Amino acid sequence: MTKKLLKTWQKPSITPHQMGTLNKFGRPVSGDYVEKIDGVAVSDLLREYGSPLFVISEKRLRDNIRQMKRAFESRYQPVIHAWSYKTNYLNAVCATLHQEGSWAEVVSAFEYEKARALGVPAERILFNGPHKKRAILERCVTEGARIHIDNLDELYLLDTIAREFDKVTSVTLRLNFDTGYTEDWSRFGFNLGSGAALDAAIRIGNSSHLKLRGLHSHIGTFILDPRAYQVQVEKMCGFMELIEQQTHALIDSIDIGGGFASQNALQGSYLPTEQVVPTMSQYADTICGTLLKMTAQREAQGKPRLKLILESGRAVVDDSEVLISSVVAGKRLPDGRASYVMDAGVNLLFTAFWYNHKVKHTRPLQGIPEETVLYGPLCMNIDIIRQSILLPPLSVGDSLVLSPAGAYNNTQWMQFIEYRPAIVMVHENSLVSVVRRAEKLEDLNGFESLPTHLNGQFKFAE
Amino acid sequence: MSEHPLNNFLSLYSDSLKRLALNDSGFVFDPMTGQSFTVNPCGLELLKLMQKQKDVELINHQILAEFDITAEILERDFLEFSEQLRRYLK
Repeated sequence: MTKKLLKTWQKPSITPHQMGTLNKFGRPVSGDYVEKIDGVAVSDLLREYGSPLFVISEKRLRDNIRQMKRAFESRYQPVIHAWSYKTNYLNAVCATLHQEGSWAEVVSAFEYEKARALGVPAERILFNGPHKKRAILERCVTEGARIHIDNLDELYLLDTIAREFDKVTSVTLRLNFDTGYTEDWSRFGFNLGSGAALDAAIRIGNSSHLKLRGLHSHIGTFILDPRAYQVQVEKMCGFMELIEQQTHALIDSIDIGGGFASQNALQGSYLPTEQVVPTMSQYADTICGTLLKMTAQREAQGKPRLKLILESGRAVVDDSEVLISSVVAGKRLPDGRASYVMDAGVNLLFTAFWYNHKVKHTRPLQGIPEETVLYGPLCMNIDIIRQSILLPPLSVGDSLVLSPAGAYNNTQWMQFIEYRPAIVMVHENSLVSVVRRAEKLEDLNGFESLPTHLNGQFKFAE
Repeated sequence: MSEHPLNNFLSLYSDSLKRLALNDSGFVFDPMTGQSFTVNPCGLELLKLMQKQKDVELINHQILAEFDITAEILERDFLEFSEQLRRYLK
């Protein structure tokens, strides 16, 4: 007796035709799927480490930093890349980049301590940011880290500490100014136009223990027009010449911060990222070309060649990490759209608040793509990881790969309602390491202590 | 025994379902509203069966005989499909 061969079931769906309207959802996600990450099957990763799961590609991370260094060093030398810890301060990520030669750029005592604990020498740490208390400044002065001065109170405190420790301390002055291309980031550093930056440079010049050796500015984030950097370098070099004439300062480095865009898609952006995001060569061309032009006479004047310091974070790490998330439930919304509850939401993918991440499935899916909302697991209305995307019908247990997820998610994520999952790194030999294990109740309760009289004796209503 | 939740839908929307013009490649046309749709193969199979009969048990029986699917998943997917149809066949 032969058994009848049954046909494959697909979740039934019907999609209305819409004509004459712009398609705001972009191309449907179909055909293109991610079965493996650097040679390791997604299904094996989920089976071994559970869902959701962050996965870092060591190879991509190394490729990215090498590509950036090549782009800049082929046009200008010396170039220093300082890894922006706040972008992703997982030890495995930081260590990989330090192996590639990156210094550490930190913005808090915590990040400084993390870098030092990892083995970064203090003189390879740039300490940025607006919040530096006396204790950490004292440590930086004694250990020799480069401090980027953000405000007058910090300047006076640092001067006091340097005198108390009788330690001549090289410092960098953080500047802010309008480039005409970017938002005004005037809350950090000293303003150029108001004269505050010149006043600060003169004050440092009058100090017996502070030596102004560097200038720093960070003109914004996700900067899509390289000409912004041209203005930045011109203004910083102009200011350098001014203060070198007016004070005894001899500048050894220009730090242009970060802000290079990654291949993520900002919400509200209609053009594909490949069309709007400049290549690393385009950024490097503008920055190095301007710097060479502005410093052409410098060596003839007997002054040291400037170190160009980059603090790029997002462009280095973003596309080296993905988040794999699985469908927990599907729900048809009253307006006809498909929706799914995923096991990862804005608690893990914090950047979903401003990016439309790429979404790929992990096996070929049958069915007609339709407008779909992807919700996270939180019992909160704001927990939406994609407001609108064309996806074929999904089933419970199907997994999706959300990317790029390497920048600002593992630092800004929240332990809110759910445990945070494991993060694994796939190495170049396709071996996998857990670089941060999944949270457990004991981890979180370990922070708390319960006063004795609150322990038990609960009186629940009947 | 309570009635199957889909029986109510099949009875209420019987006329609307019957008026739909279907073709085998999944094109659906509603002559009442002028709206056209694309339906996937399993949705098409259900629509064809719903145009012929209002008894959900008979529809289920035929689907289960043809497709590799459990009764539980069929019921869940059929319910969701009916929610979509309710919206489009108003």
